[in-house]
Amino acid sequence: MGRLSWQPATVTDAFAETPQVRTLELDVTGWTGHLPGQHVDVRLTADDGYQAARSYSIASAPEEKGPRLTVERIDAGEVSPYLVDELRTGDRIEVRGPIGGFFVWHAGLGGPVLLLAGGAGIVPLAAMLRHRVASGSDAAVRLIYSSRSLGEVIYREELDRLATHEGVDVVHTLTREQPAGWRGFGRRVDRELLAEAAWPASSSPLTYVCGPTAFVEKVAGSLVQLGYDPRTIRTERFGPTGR
Amino acid sequence: MDSDLTLDGNLTLDGNAAAGVLAEVFVSECTTAMTRCDACGAVEMVGALKAYVQAPGTVLRCRHCESVLMRVVRGAGSCWVDVRGLTWMQFSVATPGRSSGADAV
Ligand SMILES: Cc1cc2nc3c(=O)[nH]c(=O)nc-3n(C[C@H](O)[C@H](O)[C@H](O)COP(=O)(O)OP(=O)(O)OC[C@H]3O[C@@H](n4cnc5c(N)ncnc54)[C@H](O)[C@@H]3O)c2cc1C
Ligand SMILES: [Zn+2]
Repeated sequence: MGRLSWQPATVTDAFAETPQVRTLELDVTGWTGHLPGQHVDVRLTADDGYQAARSYSIASAPEEKGPRLTVERIDAGEVSPYLVDELRTGDRIEVRGPIGGFFVWHAGLGGPVLLLAGGAGIVPLAAMLRHRVASGSDAAVRLIYSSRSLGEVIYREELDRLATHEGVDVVHTLTREQPAGWRGFGRRVDRELLAEAAWPASSSPLTYVCGPTAFVEKVAGSLVQLGYDPRTIRTERFGPTGR
Repeated sequence: MDSDLTLDGNLTLDGNAAAGVLAEVFVSECTTAMTRCDACGAVEMVGALKAYVQAPGTVLRCRHCESVLMRVVRGAGSCWVDVRGLTWMQFSVATPGRSSGADAV
């Protein structure tokens, strides 16, 4: 295992997930595989040599081809608008990774597993879910996923398909706008919602919480109030947001 | 854990966000290394510390008492790792890390 260094990466595919979110499939020189939940750092270099780097979770399961990233456009952001709107198939960027061994779940860790996602926080949790199914693991996994509206749900159809597997549950909550006849939750993930929809603390799930910083703090705080052991809760804060 | 709900919370990330810069200098996977806070004695994994990546360089603080545990500053041709807030750091040599990790799947 060597020290981490920047590697060239070529965009092999790019497609929209929602109007704000795009997935990039990369071909990275010397890619050695990854664990679900890990991220990469992406570095862009301008013509004048100015560089900007940001972290992005790996969306794909280790069983799939190439690392895929899923990026949400942050208006007025330095890096994300470029990744969502400008980058084309065949373009090159630099990445280093995979990074991190803390916010990781793999089949060998077993279940039950509780995944809590806010917005783009679904990205590393979807990698865990895809791996759970692709690896043939029988760990019980429940995802609770908070989005503003149905149109902003990332990977919606794929999540529906994953949820048809025995032992995989996907629960949606839409915080701003619910379509007529919506049967999921219609509010933020709070104590009451967790008490109703999450595996109970007594089942000692491995718990992963990911999303905007405010989402992660609220959810992790609620879990602790409900009696979940803080040492079984792993968090990944993506940064600030207006949510 | 209530100290999690701080007002400056929006600028806070997890220690995992510092993994990239740490991996530039440490050969072992850092986010699963254990640390002991010299001020309050809390033992936590690097990935569970609070990370501030907007400061000049990266600052890791204790989640329990807010003490600065580590600072990593990247300069031209060198990287400073200030660990004065730590009593110790413990690396597991068998931890599934970056390149060996894929084998664990
Ligand atoms: C470990 C890790 C994994 C991540 N994985 C992903 C991922 O899979 N997909 C993804 O889309 N993002 C992910 N992020 C967030 C990502 O790294 C960037 O912070 C984000 O893309 C914004 O970068 P920017 O350069 O566009 O904005 P910046 O130029 O950094 O910021 C512009 C403005 O937007 C605000 N801002 C910064 N970040 C956010 C945010 N997340 N939401 C709302 N406002 C913000 C800033 O305070 C600033 O005012 C991850 C972050 C971390 C730490
Ligand atoms: Zn402390």
